[in-house]
Amino acid sequence: MSFTATKFAPSPLPLNSTIPRSNDKPLSFSFDHFKPHPSSSFLGSTRTLLRFGALARPHARTRSSSPVSAVLLQQTSNLLVTKEEGLELYEDMILGRFFEDKCAEMYYRGKMFGFVHLYNGQEAVSTGFIKLLKKEDSVVSTYRDHVHALSKGVPSRQVMSELFGKATGCCRGQGGSMHMFSKEHNLLGGFAFIGEGIPVATGAAFTNKYKREVLNQADADHVTLAFFGDGTCNNGQFFECLNMAALWKLPIVFVVENNLWAIGMSHLRATSDPQIYKKGPAFGMPGVHVDGMDVLKVREVAKEAIQRARRGEGPTLVECETYRFRGHSLADPDELRDPAEKEHYAGRDPIAALKKYLFENNLANEQELKAIEKKIDEVLEDAVEFADNSPLPPRSQLLENVFADPKGFGIGPDGSYRCEDPKFTQGTAHV
Amino acid sequence: MSADPKVFLMGEEVGEYQGAYKISKGLLEKYGPERVLDTPITEAGFAGIGVGAAYYGLRPVVEFMTFNFSMQAIDHIINSAAKSNYMSAGQISVPIVFRGPNGAAAGVGAQHSQCYASWYGACPGLKVLTPYSSEDARGLLKAAIRDPDPVVFLENELLYGESFPVTAEALDSSFCLPIGKAKIEREGKDVTITAYSKMVGYALKAAETLAKEGISAEVINLRSIRPLDRSTINNSVRKTNRLVTVEEGFPQHGVGAEICTSVIEESFGYLDAPVERIAGADVPMPYAANLERMAVPQVEDIVRAAKRACYRSVPLAAAA
Ligand SMILES: Cc1ncc(C[n+]2csc(CCOP(=O)(O)OP(=O)(O)O)c2C)c(N)n1
Ligand SMILES: [Mg+2]
Repeated sequence: MSFTATKFAPSPLPLNSTIPRSNDKPLSFSFDHFKPHPSSSFLGSTRTLLRFGALARPHARTRSSSPVSAVLLQQTSNLLVTKEEGLELYEDMILGRFFEDKCAEMYYRGKMFGFVHLYNGQEAVSTGFIKLLKKEDSVVSTYRDHVHALSKGVPSRQVMSELFGKATGCCRGQGGSMHMFSKEHNLLGGFAFIGEGIPVATGAAFTNKYKREVLNQADADHVTLAFFGDGTCNNGQFFECLNMAALWKLPIVFVVENNLWAIGMSHLRATSDPQIYKKGPAFGMPGVHVDGMDVLKVREVAKEAIQRARRGEGPTLVECETYRFRGHSLADPDELRDPAEKEHYAGRDPIAALKKYLFENNLANEQELKAIEKKIDEVLEDAVEFADNSPLPPRSQLLENVFADPKGFGIGPDGSYRCEDPKFTQGTAHV
Repeated sequence: MSADPKVFLMGEEVGEYQGAYKISKGLLEKYGPERVLDTPITEAGFAGIGVGAAYYGLRPVVEFMTFNFSMQAIDHIINSAAKSNYMSAGQISVPIVFRGPNGAAAGVGAQHSQCYASWYGACPGLKVLTPYSSEDARGLLKAAIRDPDPVVFLENELLYGESFPVTAEALDSSFCLPIGKAKIEREGKDVTITAYSKMVGYALKAAETLAKEGISAEVINLRSIRPLDRSTINNSVRKTNRLVTVEEGFPQHGVGAEICTSVIEESFGYLDAPVERIAGADVPMPYAANLERMAVPQVEDIVRAAKRACYRSVPLAAAA
């Protein structure tokens, strides 16, 4: 019996025979036929990656791919975004990147604590998907949730303040880095346990169907996005929800952010068939693989998946192949990832790729992008100052929000509700 | 592991990463990937696999990266591990150890900061151990692995970073501790303080403070939550006539409640003061550091409670 990594490495699967995108129909997916289409060859998975041995994607093509934008460029008549859209995407990605860099700085300065998981490198996924949503649509995230919150519109001030543990945070300092919630923005968490968010997201999608079919709200067309990682796709809750979502045709998109690693566990060492998107068709929904380092490609796929959900045609599984540029959390020594692998992906920075596209298509010039970066710098300076100057949660907050109705604390020895005791709100460690 | 080839370790990041908290450092190198298995993130799956292996006499040590995540495997811990010996009328025993860090860490919020001692302590068929010192960890873990029944072994993340003096006896390869036996960490005559895991250290600090004020506290390190060493606790209370229970977990239906009942049942006549219970606040753990501090017991809380028990301070009026 051997459990060595080599034995676990997948045997080469037949290369996916889907037609490489042609110039006239670059991004077509057979959503309707539920056919798995690894629409991108995930450029990182080409020759270079094959050198990493274990990391070679089974469906990697051996030809060397041109950069994303080059493929897209060939159809200049058919630009993927307008100038406004391009700038919006750029701004959102810069916000995500700079926010996380600021978090690292503040963590090392002792302003935030605990486990802080940063999103650097994965911005194209959050931006590519969430910027297509309406405010009423829901997002369910994991412990790596700051940037999803920002993309969904939760103000930087509120997210930063939450991280500082201040009363002005989006959860008044009660949630913290791994538990961002905002009812106003339909951000439903912030789940720190693997897989946990997926059923909750599926429940949010279920609600929409219920509203439409039981409560007769014919216009209910809200979509839920569930974000989670490659490692999470080995957890039962993922499979259980793929089944129910397809069974009941729920308006949800399962967005896998496959950054190839789950802390120090390589995806290929953890998963019998590492092509996650293939699990969609197994449950009767489309599974799509997309280059998660290219915001425009992500957006293209996201658009179709979200529209499909909105039209009531059911769920989609999207595997975005991406990479995190930092350790798992700020406490992770990050010793197991090959420096060459990191360097390789650093070269595929999604922000640089979008920038290049915008330039090459005359959608933006250097000054415009610089102006955005400057604006975000200012937004974040302001957010930090706001968080720093905000008050700590008062002692009286300790026992608040445990129940929607504080009578849940029960009746005291004197026969009245404990929450009505004037001392109650002072909160002590021994209630 | 060197003594028994049937013992193996499985869990997330226990191998190549050397343990999320580096607890299994060196084990992969020493025992190889057949006995130190990195699993996918599937607690329900690998805990159940551990139980199945234990059915056939292997001795799995299943690590939860933290005990919080054992909630995804609790069906197997309780239904498959704890009840099989009974349901099969003794035909199938389950010699398995579930271990990992338990209790509040720092700054990680509600989902990652919780004590499972009373949760698992409530289940027939389980043994629940809570080491405090290095000696405890070594002696109790060996006992747990050798035990024919399922053991829940609750370590503490914040104690991982602490070092303890170790005796030559504890280093001896034959060293092992009995399950179900508490340890008197510090003898005293005025008040008994029971604690487990990290709270033992707090209780000892409180005892030092109390000593300066002329109160001699006896500190009991429970070591085992289930079975509970009722005898050591009651003998101590019969001597000191006062009791303070300390735990990090939630107060209601907690370890302190069980200890209190035992003392009321067996030593009621010896009590000179109401039993004081120190526990975590009855709220999910807040993230903000100032609230977090208020939500977990502090040394001062123990000192105050001991003084109340000894009538050295005014009783807490209508504790909120
Ligand atoms: C149930 C459960 N088990 C273990 C963990 C510890 N843990 C936190 S993140 C993580 C890895 C997750 O990897 P992946 O799903 O790929 O997401 P990524 O961190 O790469 O974004 C693990 C094992 C957890 N949070 N929940
Ligand atoms: Mg991952």
